[in-house]
Amino acid sequence: MTAASLHPSVLFFIGAALVLVLPLWGRRATILLAPAAAFLIITQLPTGESWHYSMLGFDLNMLRVDKLSKAFGYVFTINAFGCFLFAQHLKDRYEHIAALCYIGASLGAVFAGDLISLYFFWEIMAITSTFLVLARRTAAAYGAAYRYVMMHIFGGLCLLAGILLQVEASGSVAFDGFSLQGLPTYLILIGFLINAAAYPFSTWLSDAYPEATVTGGVIMTAYTTKTAVYTLIRGFAGWEILIAVGCFMAIYGIIYAILENDMRRILAFSIMNQVGFMICGIGIGTSLAISGAVAHAFCHIIYKALLWMSAGSVLYMTGKSKCTELGGLYKTMPWTMIFGTVGALAISSFPLFSGYTSKPMIIEAGVHEGFFWVWLILEIASAGVFLHAGIKFPYFVFFAKDNGLRPGEPPKHMLAAMALFAFICIFLGVYPQPLYDILPYPVDFHAYTLEHTLNQFQLLAFSALAFFMLLPLLKRTNTISIRIDWVFRKGGKLFYRFCQWAFDGINERANRIFAQEFPGLLARFFEEPGGNLQKYGYRLWVETSGIDDQQEQVAGRIDSRSRSAAYPVGVGVLLAVVILALASWLLYLR
Amino acid sequence: MAKNKKKKELDWFDHPQNIRRLRNGFYIVLVLLVLPDFFLHKHHLFSTVESWPGFYALFGFVACVAIIVVSKLLGNLLKREEDYYDRR
Repeated sequence: MTAASLHPSVLFFIGAALVLVLPLWGRRATILLAPAAAFLIITQLPTGESWHYSMLGFDLNMLRVDKLSKAFGYVFTINAFGCFLFAQHLKDRYEHIAALCYIGASLGAVFAGDLISLYFFWEIMAITSTFLVLARRTAAAYGAAYRYVMMHIFGGLCLLAGILLQVEASGSVAFDGFSLQGLPTYLILIGFLINAAAYPFSTWLSDAYPEATVTGGVIMTAYTTKTAVYTLIRGFAGWEILIAVGCFMAIYGIIYAILENDMRRILAFSIMNQVGFMICGIGIGTSLAISGAVAHAFCHIIYKALLWMSAGSVLYMTGKSKCTELGGLYKTMPWTMIFGTVGALAISSFPLFSGYTSKPMIIEAGVHEGFFWVWLILEIASAGVFLHAGIKFPYFVFFAKDNGLRPGEPPKHMLAAMALFAFICIFLGVYPQPLYDILPYPVDFHAYTLEHTLNQFQLLAFSALAFFMLLPLLKRTNTISIRIDWVFRKGGKLFYRFCQWAFDGINERANRIFAQEFPGLLARFFEEPGGNLQKYGYRLWVETSGIDDQQEQVAGRIDSRSRSAAYPVGVGVLLAVVILALASWLLYLR
Repeated sequence: MAKNKKKKELDWFDHPQNIRRLRNGFYIVLVLLVLPDFFLHKHHLFSTVESWPGFYALFGFVACVAIIVVSKLLGNLLKREEDYYDRR
C-alpha cells in the first residue's frame, strides 16, 4: 500500500474503532499512533486529487492534496498528537472516540476536493465535537452543548442550502475560489463564518468550549475554527467583506476577554480575536496575506492548545476555573506557569516566540495594500492581545492574590505535552523557515529587523505598563457578560412567555365561553323553553311598540303558566314548530 | 528541587522588596526600549508621526488604556450576575 492510496482521516476512524475494543494500554497507544501515522502519511502525499467516487452523477474526490491542504494537515496532526499526549490519563473510551472522529472529520474537510465531500465531513465534525462538551456531565455543559449543536445545525443547513443552490446555478460541485457573488455563495459564506465564530454567530464558542472537559477543551480549540479558516481561504480569499468581519472579531474578542472571569472563557474569547486576524488576512487576499493567515493558523493552533493545556492543568488539579478563586499558583505549579507563560508570550507575538513570525505578515500585507484602518485596528488589537491573553491570563491564574490553593503539578504526560508545544512555540519563533517552506505561496518576509523588533517590544512593554497602572479597573468580579446570544437565550424565554400569555389566554377565554357560559345559557333556556320564548317575544314586542304598562304582570303570568305547565300546546310541539319554521326559512326563503 | 519543594514552597513574589526590584527593573527596561528611537532613523507607513521617537510605546500605552476604559464602560452595560440565565 503506498501513501497515495491512504487517506489520513481513515487512520483516525480506524483508531476510533480500535479504542472501542482495546484495553487501556492499547487505547493509550492508539491515540498517539493514529496522529503520528497520519502526519507521516501527509508528508508523503503527492500533490493531486485521488479517492474519486461518484454520487448523484457527480464525480467527487475526497483527497485533494496541495500546499494549502497539506499545511493544515500537518498542524492538525501535530496538534492531535500533543493533545492526545495530554489526554493519556483519560480512561473514558467515548470521549476518545468522539475526539478521534472529530479530528478525522476535520482532516477530511481539509482534504475534501469538492463541496459535497466537504459538507459530509463538516456535519460529522459538528456532531462529534458536541460529545466533547457533553462528556463534562454538568448541567451547564448540557445547556451549552445544546446551544452549540443547534448553532452548528443552523450553520450546516446554511451551507447545505448554499451548496445546493451553487450546484444548481453552476452545474459543478467544485470547491475553489468563488467568483460569483449571489445567494448561493453568501449562504456558503455564512455557513463557513458560523464555524469561524464570526460575529454575530460567535457565541457558541465562548459558550461551549469553557464548559467542555479538561481535554475536550484543548482538542476543540484547534479544529472547528481553523477548518473554517481553511475553507474561507479556499473559497473566499480576497472578499473584502472579510476584512471588516476580521477586524471586528479582533476587537470584540479583546473587550469580552477583559470583562471575563473564567480563565478558559478568557482564552475562548482570545480565539475569536486571533481568528479575526486570520479572517482579515483572507479578506486582504494577497499572496503575503494568505500565507500570513496560514502561518498564523499554524502557530495559533499550537500556542492556543498550549494555553488551554496550562488552563486545563489548573482546572484538573484544582477543580476551579474562575480568576476570582485562583491566584498564587506559581508556588506549587511552577512548570505549568512557565509553559502557560510561553503560550501567553507566543499569542502576544512577543519576539522570539511563534506569534511574532506569523501575525506581522498579515499586518504587513494590509500595509502593502495601503489599508490604513486595517493597520490601525490590527495594531490596537495586537496591543490588546498582550493585555488580555498575554498578561491577564497568567497574572490572575498564577500570581495576583494568593487564594490559598496548593495543588501540585499535573501528571507527567500533561507536562510533557506542554513542554513539546512550548518547544514548538519557541522553535518557530527563533527559526520560522520550516514553517515558511510549507506555506501556499513563497514568502519574502523578515520579522527580525531591528526597527520592527524594537517597535514590537515598545508596543508590548507599554501595554504591560498600562495593564499594571490600571490594575484596579481590571479587578475580577463574579459576573458573566451578556452577548448577542442574549437575543435567543432571554429572547427565547420572552417568546415562550409571550406564547404562554397569548395561547393560554385564548384557551382560557374559549374555555369560559364555550365550555361554561354557552352551555349554561342553553341549559337555562331549555329549562322552560315555551315560557322563555314567549317572554323574549313579548319583551321584543314591548321594545318595538313602546307600550310597556303591563310588562311586569304579563311576565309574571307567563312564568306562572310555564311553571304549572298550563300551556294550550305542549312544549314538544312548540319546539317542533320553531324548528320547522327555522328549517323552512333556511331552505326556501333565503 | 523535589526535596526543597516539600520544605519550602516558592514565594518570591510575596516579598515587597522583590516586587519593588521587579518594578524598578521594568521601568529601566521601558526607558531602554525608547532610548534607541532618538538615534535611529525610522521609516513610516502612513504618517510621519510614526517615525517620532517612542511612537509605538505611546501607541501601545494609549491603545491599552482606551481598550480598558471602553471595556470597563461596556462592562457596566453587559455584566450580569452569574445566575442571570438561570433565573426566570
